[in-house]
Amino acid sequence: MSDSVMNLDGQEVSFEKGETVLEVARRQGTFVPTLCWDERLDPYGSCRLCVVEVEGRRMPASSCTLHAEKGMVVRTGSEKLRRMQSTLVEMVLSENPDDECPRCRDLGSCELHDLATEFKVGRNRFLGATSNASKDDSNPFLLRDYDRCISCYRCVRICDEVEADHAITMTGRGWNKGIATAFDGLLMGSECTLCGQCIYTCPTGALADKKMVHQGSIPGEVEVTRSVCPYCGTGCSINLHSRDGKMIGVTPVLDGPVNEGALCVKGQFGFDFVNSEDRLTMPLIRKEGELTSVSWDEALDYTSARFKSIRADHGPKAFYAIASGRAPGEGAYMLQKFTRAVMNSNQVDNCSRG
Amino acid sequence: MLCVGTNMTECHPIIAVRVKKAVRKGAKLYVVDPRKIPLTEYATGHLPLQLGSDVALFNAMANVIIQEGLADLDYIENRTEGFEQLKTHLESFTPEYAEGVTGVPAELIRECAIAYGSAERAGIYYTLGITEHICGVANVQSLCNLALITGNLGKSSAGINPLRGQNNIQGAGDCGALPNNYPGFQSVEDPASQAKFEKAYGVPMDPVKGITKIAALDHAVDGRVKAMWICGENTLVTDPDVKHTTRALESLDFLVVQDMFLTDTAKKADVVFPAAAFTEVDGFFTNSDRRVQRLRQAAVAPGEAKPDWWIIAEVAKRMGTEVDFEYASSEEVFDELASLSPIYEGLNYDRIESGDLAWPVPDLDHPGTPVLHEDEFLNGKGKLQLLEYKPPSENPDEEYPFYLTTGRRLPTYHSNTMTGRSIGFRILVPNEWLEVHPADAEKLELEDGDWAKIRSRRGDVTTRVAITKTSPRGTMFMSFAFPEDTMTNDITNPDVDPITETPEFKVAAVEVTRVEAPVGFGAEPALRASPGRDH
Repeated sequence: MSDSVMNLDGQEVSFEKGETVLEVARRQGTFVPTLCWDERLDPYGSCRLCVVEVEGRRMPASSCTLHAEKGMVVRTGSEKLRRMQSTLVEMVLSENPDDECPRCRDLGSCELHDLATEFKVGRNRFLGATSNASKDDSNPFLLRDYDRCISCYRCVRICDEVEADHAITMTGRGWNKGIATAFDGLLMGSECTLCGQCIYTCPTGALADKKMVHQGSIPGEVEVTRSVCPYCGTGCSINLHSRDGKMIGVTPVLDGPVNEGALCVKGQFGFDFVNSEDRLTMPLIRKEGELTSVSWDEALDYTSARFKSIRADHGPKAFYAIASGRAPGEGAYMLQKFTRAVMNSNQVDNCSRG
Repeated sequence: MLCVGTNMTECHPIIAVRVKKAVRKGAKLYVVDPRKIPLTEYATGHLPLQLGSDVALFNAMANVIIQEGLADLDYIENRTEGFEQLKTHLESFTPEYAEGVTGVPAELIRECAIAYGSAERAGIYYTLGITEHICGVANVQSLCNLALITGNLGKSSAGINPLRGQNNIQGAGDCGALPNNYPGFQSVEDPASQAKFEKAYGVPMDPVKGITKIAALDHAVDGRVKAMWICGENTLVTDPDVKHTTRALESLDFLVVQDMFLTDTAKKADVVFPAAAFTEVDGFFTNSDRRVQRLRQAAVAPGEAKPDWWIIAEVAKRMGTEVDFEYASSEEVFDELASLSPIYEGLNYDRIESGDLAWPVPDLDHPGTPVLHEDEFLNGKGKLQLLEYKPPSENPDEEYPFYLTTGRRLPTYHSNTMTGRSIGFRILVPNEWLEVHPADAEKLELEDGDWAKIRSRRGDVTTRVAITKTSPRGTMFMSFAFPEDTMTNDITNPDVDPITETPEFKVAAVEVTRVEAPVGFGAEPALRASPGRDH
């Protein structure tokens, strides 16, 4: 047997050095449920849903913290494991309020309720105390409803491991557990930069995006299109959520080569400008002092005639073009081609000097 | 890591994440910035230099590195020229001399130089705090000297890394939107490049380079430039000395502005073209580390807004040109660009799908070039520069006793055209404010929340005051995100670096006086950006 082969559900599978059993199983397309796991975070092993049976071990082990080893024999989906996982989901669900889940409303589903459906568990025999830890937090972006918190601490860990902000931490024990800023204040005024990445790792409705259009309750297909953030020069990968040709939200691309799944407040929340009421929708020409809507034909004919006459009267250097450092590159290329090949000069620059 | 003139946590937050993670893994971080920016909290040392004294500081650091025997003599021998002259030139730049100019204690300069010089890999990261000075080029060259004498160029986790302030400012230059270069930085004065583009476009090329945008605004005032086409830039708000810019734009016979919004600049135009947003087109942006990344259309442009390239091609066609401006898609535009630019030649829309490739990518099998200058520099050897310290063009005097420096704040991007229209951002930062050190506030009898008039040789603006130790004594700070209330660039300094013609946005001398709150405003404390703490 080669150095990096293990046995997973009766199949010989190879693995990379350092890979966990969960990663190997997911790569094989094997169903292993998780709640505290996020591909961007270090393994945590708190939800225990990813348990597997390992030959030679008496107790099931959490596969997210178990490194694959040569010759290891692992079973993932036995009836006993499924019973354990189902019971765990049932217990977690019993703490969660029964009303509408904000995440299911916003994104159409959430990890917890997807698992509840998978294991066919609903309101159940463990119903009882809940944490009543909801926070009234007046900020424009994040809804904090810790009644729905299941203590996976993905929010705390993403703030620490992915954003390096350390703005929130875990407090308390048992029913008094909670997620708090330093001195338990509001997010605004704390170390929190409102990047919103805790929202997009949360597996329940404990954190929600106040700005996200409620995708769960609207008809029509939500399309997700990969693109790049239009703000600074970092070049973070983002997913654009749209429906019927209209932008409705943004999420980070988890494996974006630059951001590695992180975003800042602008990259996460700064996109309403595209749907702004005051977007320009028609070409304008100044007529009797006022900018007036005209057809494309009129605007293009007028502009080309004016450029032609200025070149004829004053020569090529009387024209100057400034390309955008914000807009897609194809426009910058075209403007330099226009300047050099049509206006016959090198009178072109972009906004890099000021 | 040496971070210079870069308020990364506010202006490049995700690059700051990488820096913070590296610090956590044990990397040393030195921050060189006049202000006590948030990044200083993660730093091994903070060097709070006087505005514009960078050359004195970095010359002194180079001096220490040489004196302490930390220079990489093999690298210097093989890869650089002018070391002996530099060594002599730097003799007078002692840390004690630099302390007098920069205000940074000589011991701290020594410590930072030794840390940089003895690191196996040391990277320099800078933003506009280095370039927006009358000596911007010298500032960059003084950093180059440091990297060259320590062999920190041409390997990963090292080098000199300018963090580009705008998403596609690198791409716009790559595309040839520069007065001296065709696409791919091919010189317009090089006969072979001229011949290449004459063949490609089928018309003669002008063999003389153009003027910069900054000079073009001067030429508009004196009548040599009659027509301008401005795409996606709010020039009126973002250039220094707004009065001058206004005069320039108003002097034109014909101004065309292409934008998503009727910006202050567009309001001056004779023709306004409605541009599609980045969500409404296919295309590319090139980022700070030269990654060419794909944009994909996700939404439909409002009304009759169109992609930038389409508008320009249509105007060209209607001018009766014989040059080919027929394109069926943005992909065809990209393919033409790639065919004419050696650094993009190996790229197409399929290859930029995941954004893994950094240019140069000379052919279709090339894996990209994440690290430049590994074996050799473009022009052979790295030339060490003999640089002199040159003070800013304006310095405090009796009439204008304070320095003013400008920059961005995390939730307000540039002139706020995009962030200001996004729900919630006006709650985070509702207005402009002037950062004043407590000692200066006491002298000026200013309380937090008071209003002040800030006057320079160009004009004056009025805004709220926030008392904070972020800015050092004698230096005030403002952003330029609220032009409707506070036109910060009315007072900034238009003097430029002689080579790049980049204005000295970072230094102006100002007078500050307390004024009564404008009608309708009470004396409540200044509203500040909540994300990120005050210092």
